[in-house]
Amino acid sequence: MLLNNTQIFITIIAVAAGSFITRSLSFIIFLSHEKTPKYIRYLAIMLPSASIGLLVVYCLKDAFILQSKLPIAEAISILIIIVLHLWKRNALISIFASTAVYMILKQFTTA
Amino acid sequence: MKIKEIAKIVKYAFPKTTPVLIGFFFVGVTWSILMYVKGYSLPWTTLMSTIAYCGSMQYASIILFTSTFNPLYALILSILINIRHIFYGISMLNKYNNMGKSKLFLIFSMCDETFSLLCDADVDESIDKKKYYLAVSILNYLYWIIATTVGSLIAPFISFNLQGIEFVLTALIVVIFFENWLQNRRHYSAIVGIVSSVIAILIFGKDIFIIPAMIIILILITAPYIYKIKKEGKHKNAIK
Repeated sequence: MLLNNTQIFITIIAVAAGSFITRSLSFIIFLSHEKTPKYIRYLAIMLPSASIGLLVVYCLKDAFILQSKLPIAEAISILIIIVLHLWKRNALISIFASTAVYMILKQFTTA
Repeated sequence: MKIKEIAKIVKYAFPKTTPVLIGFFFVGVTWSILMYVKGYSLPWTTLMSTIAYCGSMQYASIILFTSTFNPLYALILSILINIRHIFYGISMLNKYNNMGKSKLFLIFSMCDETFSLLCDADVDESIDKKKYYLAVSILNYLYWIIATTVGSLIAPFISFNLQGIEFVLTALIVVIFFENWLQNRRHYSAIVGIVSSVIAILIFGKDIFIIPAMIIILILITAPYIYKIKKEGKHKNAIK
């Protein structure tokens, strides 16, 4: 341990503050619903899908982008999600089946 | 609220959060083990999960704990890594409005997974949406705190081979994206999200791509809005 207790505590507070600032900023700026500008209301409709798209890329960035190894396990698992989801349309089945396949592929290919 | 009502909401919300439960459990335990290796255990891990509650930043903060004390850097790093939450805030402005006392907690606990689940919220009519939002937020929050606490407790004894289990959180996000895609007729926004992020990664690299990606998303989403306004303006002038 490099830091003393006070320093650890302050570091944790700083990280927590940073996280809370990003989560609350939009709500602080647009406090009342009536005053929310039309453009922001438009963004509120458009941003959710785009944000989840960003998250998808964020989750898969290590596997798909600029890697020497082909992301076979990821590609197969996502294909399974799409096929299962079109077939059963059950989120939990899609999630757990693809994760199980991913784990088998990962452990099999790295063993 | 009656106990029966709470039980009903939790019973409805719990199955939807099970991927988060499993994902948080393994990601949380792993984080605590990494912290343990660097010399940090209880109560710090539990404290951090309770007041900071941000998975990816908690991983990044391991660097902070192994270098010299610099709280300003910690604050800035936390803002930069969590910056995507600003988009979640704008997306949730309407949903979290009129939430009363629980609004502050909902905002505090708006992590990737909670945001994604609530974005997707196709809530049964018999369920009070507000209580559902709160239930999902609280459940996910508790999972994270419990997982990281358990992680610190078992860290001295553990060696497991669950390699790949962290994919459960990726799968959750992909499913929500796909479900969203199937439900909406318009896909512009979803495509913009993916394309902008990939462009940003290719140009800026995967470590700092989020802010450029957010800027590209804003530009591509704003462009059709401005176009529409201009068109309407012209239309008005023509009528005059």
